[in-house]
Amino acid sequence: MGKVPAPKVPGLVKGLGVTLKTMVKTTFPARGLKTLIPAPSKGAVTVQYPHEKETPANRSRGVIALKEENCTVCMLCARSCPDWCIYIEGHKDTAPPRRPGGKPRTVSKLDRFDIDYALCMYCGICVEVCPFDAMFWSPEYEYSELRLADLLHDKERLGEWMQAVPDFEAYESGSDQKPRKVPR
Amino acid sequence: MSVTDRQARAYIDSQAADMRVNVELETDEGMTLNLGPQHPATHGTLRVIAKLDGEQVVWADVAPGYMHRGYEKLCEVRTYPQVTTLVNRIDWLGSFANEVPFILAAEQLMDIEAPPRATYIRTILFEMARVANIVLFLGDLGVQLGAVTPAFYAFRDREHVLDQIESVTGGRFHPNFDRIGGLKDDLPKGWIADTKAVMERMRGFCDEIEDLLFGNEIFEARTRGVGVIPADVALSYGLTGANARASGIDWDLRRDTKVGLAHDDVDWRVWTHPDGDSFARCWVRLQETREATKIVDQLCDKLPGGPIMAKVPRIIKVPAGEAYVTTENPLGEMGYYVVSKGDLGPFRVKIRTASFSNVSVLPWMLKGVYVPDIITILASLYFILGDIDR
Amino acid sequence: MIATTAPLVLAELAWWMQTSLRSIAVLLAVLLPAGTFVYVFLFKMMSFMQSRLGPMEAGPYGSLQLLAEVGKFIQKEDIIPWRADRRLFAFAPYIVIASVFLVYLVVPFGPDAWFVDFNVGIFWVLAVSSVSVIGILVAGWSSANKYSLLGGLRAAGQLIAYELPMVLAVVGVVIQAGTLNMQGIVAAQADGEIFGWSGIGNPFIITQAIGFLIFLIAMQAELTQTPFDMPVAESELVSGYMTEYSGLRFLLFFIGEFASAGAFSAVAATLFLGGWSVPFLDNGADWMNVVGPVVLLAKMMFVAFLVFWVRFTYPRFREDQLQQLAWKILIPLSLVNILATMALKVAF
Repeated sequence: MGKVPAPKVPGLVKGLGVTLKTMVKTTFPARGLKTLIPAPSKGAVTVQYPHEKETPANRSRGVIALKEENCTVCMLCARSCPDWCIYIEGHKDTAPPRRPGGKPRTVSKLDRFDIDYALCMYCGICVEVCPFDAMFWSPEYEYSELRLADLLHDKERLGEWMQAVPDFEAYESGSDQKPRKVPR
Repeated sequence: MSVTDRQARAYIDSQAADMRVNVELETDEGMTLNLGPQHPATHGTLRVIAKLDGEQVVWADVAPGYMHRGYEKLCEVRTYPQVTTLVNRIDWLGSFANEVPFILAAEQLMDIEAPPRATYIRTILFEMARVANIVLFLGDLGVQLGAVTPAFYAFRDREHVLDQIESVTGGRFHPNFDRIGGLKDDLPKGWIADTKAVMERMRGFCDEIEDLLFGNEIFEARTRGVGVIPADVALSYGLTGANARASGIDWDLRRDTKVGLAHDDVDWRVWTHPDGDSFARCWVRLQETREATKIVDQLCDKLPGGPIMAKVPRIIKVPAGEAYVTTENPLGEMGYYVVSKGDLGPFRVKIRTASFSNVSVLPWMLKGVYVPDIITILASLYFILGDIDR
Repeated sequence: MIATTAPLVLAELAWWMQTSLRSIAVLLAVLLPAGTFVYVFLFKMMSFMQSRLGPMEAGPYGSLQLLAEVGKFIQKEDIIPWRADRRLFAFAPYIVIASVFLVYLVVPFGPDAWFVDFNVGIFWVLAVSSVSVIGILVAGWSSANKYSLLGGLRAAGQLIAYELPMVLAVVGVVIQAGTLNMQGIVAAQADGEIFGWSGIGNPFIITQAIGFLIFLIAMQAELTQTPFDMPVAESELVSGYMTEYSGLRFLLFFIGEFASAGAFSAVAATLFLGGWSVPFLDNGADWMNVVGPVVLLAKMMFVAFLVFWVRFTYPRFREDQLQQLAWKILIPLSLVNILATMALKVAF
């Protein structure tokens, strides 16, 4: 069933060479064996979290931030979530007319806007679907909690995440879109 | 001298333990060994039941289903963007590739075509998903056969591909980027140059794996002649992807069917191998990875300008009808049969996955092989449990 | 170990004090190389070969990681499977550890620093190292687990098959040294000459290069390291014969694996690299008893580096390929080596 490997050494030796080369590259990243400066912390490709941290990409989906002033309680995000993890409650209120002598307007006021990050799939449909620029992605990812209930972020906390939202980047050449602006 | 209860029980237990092993070993059919569902070799929760005679398999069967998540049922109660999100998680290593046939089927029902820039970027991400998936396969291949180091090289170099996917889509593993009519967003500045550098690095990885693993005589002794699938058997069991091409069947959906991807605009070749053994399957995948990096390079060079999304209404209601689209996914042929009744979401989605058919050949193939060869065959067939069980 | 180096002091020590000193010394001799090997090779060398740093949190640069792991294993629950044979299951790790200790007993660490000086030192080593096979078989059988059984049976076949090439490779060394005594072999290398030139003595790695290669391959198989780790094929048999072991019992197997790597490296260093002797230093002096162990440790690290380098690079053989390699290639090669050694020894 199995052939005895013929005594042809090169393949085996080449494999040994690959691992040795990687070891040398990790141990002496600065010019290898020419100058034996051991610096494995720089040669390794891993990052010693939590002492060092990598910065995620600009569009990285870390956490969702809410700009409360722009929200009109249209409920599109809550409806489009695949997990139904956004809980919205609002009520209608009257506001003074824009011009004196006009009709009083009805505006929607947001009472409760919670996102349950224990359920969230980080798909981004809610952010994409919002017609009023009220939701944004932030690359922030370090918000683990000790209790599952603490993963329910309420309106205030979601508003605080707005500070971590980066500006939209420029697009590659050939694109006919202009990057949007994040309302601050 | 009298014997204590404890001693008596211990003696009886040891006799019983001996008897159990002897009885098992002396039956005609041999000892039944359960590989799985928890096992380091099967990529997930796959159960292979094997009856062994010493170290040789007399009879084997596959019992999948431990990871069934009810995808087709879930898709019945979701809208199209929500289904796109869910579908990422079927073949989770080449995740963008799962979205593509579904979106193409929906676009076929709506009778719209994505603009050329969107088609090109879709194909670029599709091939990058292939690179990410197969690179992990190459690393995992080493682990299944006993070499621990290739896995680390695979993860190290795959990280760069995932970084590129993250900088475009926002998610490393679940991009959720394809939309009916085009893509969600355009490329960020500098992405093309970075991606070409990453593809160069992946070619370097392929060379390194070839030196470390494929050129190794031990690897060749373990994989050559092991698990040979002749071409007619491969066709009758419905093997697709690299498994079929390694048995000599020249069939690649990227070349042979017309779907909304840009493979016709680039210069590439289909790799086949006449042997049909495990070495052929692994070798074909290695060459396909190299080919995929070249495809991405050419597409990056030729990327046209223009819009990223066709003119579609804000709320998409796909007209009634049925469409079936298959594409050459990293694991094989994946297809979505979408039945729509004019709603916001599909009425029924039937998902044809490659791994389910690939795994069906195992009872035929595992007769008469040794136990280590079971692992080699499982590794070289390459399935992902999410793909088998959905 | 130092029973005769400071005769003035130690002759006055009571017998029980000498014995306890010897016991501590043998524990140190076994555990220090094992710990060093685990740290340098498993934690650091393997990690550097994989472009990562390995454990860094426990102690500076992860040096106390093994201590942390020992602590973790000791405090775990002692689980014995319900259907397992309790006595044998508990006893198996100790058989393996015992054979490792027995090997270390005859390795000389200096001109006067040895535990036991048998006339048939190397013969004792080869005989006693086979005792671990029994331990592995017992572990595999008594675990009431089919994976363990498969691992144990594979181990039995493999370890017995590779005893022969090891013995035959050693025969070549013995012919050249002219004695089975380990100290004698060290002396033969220190004082010998290569075709008349006595600059660096006669380290048998040069004159017995083929024997060294065969010994290394056989050693790799005896230690059940990749590419010969069928008994512990991690991707097939979970952990082979060690599958059902957890906690302290697993720790014994784990430390036993590295301690036996140390033991075999010590034997290989003594047989082929000259043991504790250094060619340019006075090999009879008293201070050599302190420098000798250090030199031996350095040579052990070199041999272990080769062993672990191969372990982290190659995939594993299948059982029948493994056996074919032993019976069809290594044994004929070692027989040829013996004939060549005999001829050259008589001729020169």
